[in-house]
Amino acid sequence: MAKHHITATLNGEPVEFLCSTRQTLLDVLRDELNMTGSKEGCASGDCGACSVMVDDRLVCSCLVLGAECDNKKIESIEGMADGEKLHPLQTKFLEEAALQCGICTPGVLVAAKALLERNNNPTETEVRYWLAGNLCRCTGYDKIVRAVMNTAADMRENAK
Amino acid sequence: MESIEFEKPETVDQAVALLQGASGNAKILAGGTDLLVQLRAQMLEPSVIIDIKHIEETRKLTKNSDGSYTIGAAVAGAEAGDRDDITKDWPGVIEGWELIGSTQVQGRASLGGNLCNASPAGDSVPAMVAAGMTVNIAGPNGRRTIPVEDVTVAPGRTCLEKGEFVVSFNLPARPAGGGDAYLRLIPRTEMDIAVVGCGVAITLDDAGVVKTAKISLGAVAATVLVVEDAAKAIIGTKLDADAMSALDAACQAACKPIDDKRGTIEYRTKIAGVLARRAVTIAAERAGEK
Ligand SMILES: Cc1cc2nc3c(=O)[nH]c(=O)nc-3n(C[C@H](O)[C@H](O)[C@H](O)COP(=O)(O)OP(=O)(O)OC[C@H]3O[C@@H](n4cnc5c(N)ncnc54)[C@H](O)[C@@H]3O)c2cc1C
Ligand code: FES
Ligand code: FES
Repeated sequence: MAKHHITATLNGEPVEFLCSTRQTLLDVLRDELNMTGSKEGCASGDCGACSVMVDDRLVCSCLVLGAECDNKKIESIEGMADGEKLHPLQTKFLEEAALQCGICTPGVLVAAKALLERNNNPTETEVRYWLAGNLCRCTGYDKIVRAVMNTAADMRENAK
Repeated sequence: MESIEFEKPETVDQAVALLQGASGNAKILAGGTDLLVQLRAQMLEPSVIIDIKHIEETRKLTKNSDGSYTIGAAVAGAEAGDRDDITKDWPGVIEGWELIGSTQVQGRASLGGNLCNASPAGDSVPAMVAAGMTVNIAGPNGRRTIPVEDVTVAPGRTCLEKGEFVVSFNLPARPAGGGDAYLRLIPRTEMDIAVVGCGVAITLDDAGVVKTAKISLGAVAATVLVVEDAAKAIIGTKLDADAMSALDAACQAACKPIDDKRGTIEYRTKIAGVLARRAVTIAAERAGEK
């Protein structure tokens, strides 16, 4: 069958791509659009390394078909920094070494940003539950959770 | 691997026509959190995938003038969880739904998908059954409405005929003195499959006596169970110790669980009684809140 011709926005820019029905949004991002920031850890919704926003909802891009994305608003890790200026979460993750190998990091950052946009004062429990679908084999999570909490505190302070 | 067609009908009739006209295996796509995993694992070889999310009825969650709700089959858990009205009226239904997967999975997971995937452990199902929810099914012969508990007939199998799909769910108005709850036991604290799930909906009169009750168990039999004896055990009581013991025993007696690494038969059976006691207690507290 002919490929699907999809028009969408990615990080605010219009994009067009062709995909077959079997290709997930993650496949499209990585293989068609050369946006390799989103990672494939499991391809089954378990690890969260492929987390992106679709129409303002946090989802696993490995569980969305590319063909579903016509006219959708997609946001990936590549859109998180403003040019050279890192997002406060990115800066904090670097400062506090909240990553080791970095495979989980793009997904964790996208998910954490979605949390802080809803709730700028999450409890530790809320952070841990929100990020329960983001697996990390390196850090033991503690540094990730602390970096998210500390970013939230900074953002509250700066908003004053 | 054969290529797969992809369709996105905008009306119920178009979807039915596509389902009916498909040569080979047609699969409905809602949130895809089961379907895409199964596709990837090559458990399925559909000829066509039909995305129902462009049909408005499947995407709306409406509170009706009589206090009841109509829930589109493809509404995602995260969308329902953001709504104050349904979360307050039916916390148990929302608890079951929101327990499905992670935040990311919640961004997509629907009631229609959880029910039609037909896993005995589907977390939204016992609470839907307890709440007395019904399903609106569309098909070549028009529409029909049936109780949620009648949809699954065996693990992985529903009663839907060729050409049929679930359009929406009906959730009654929260009754006066009503409360509901869903609890599940998993070996971890998040992201796991229920070893036992228990949904409860009850109503209490002003004196705190149980007037009506519906109790449902998941993951302890081939399909989600309605345990009538458990309801009988507490109706007319004030949930005293004897009533709670009878409830526990009735739930244990209803179990026909599997034995696997996640829970033995003995363990699942025992836990069914424990969760029923706890879920009834929570539902009763909620019924007392005005
Ligand atoms: C990481 C992860 C964790 C999970 N955790 C849980 C959990 O804790 N508890 C739990 O219960 N489930 C869990 N699931 C399973 C899954 O998320 C749920 O079953 C979810 O509700 C499925 O909904 P969906 O909209 O994504 O369904 P889809 O994948 O779109 O569909 C599921 C099945 O139902 C059919 N279908 C869908 N909608 C309809 C309809 N309207 N009419 C007829 N047929 C239809 C599809 O054809 C398909 O066969 C998990 C999945 C993942 C990937
Ligand atoms: S790659 Fe998508 S959740 Fe693991
Ligand atoms: S830093 Fe290696 S998986 Fe998280």
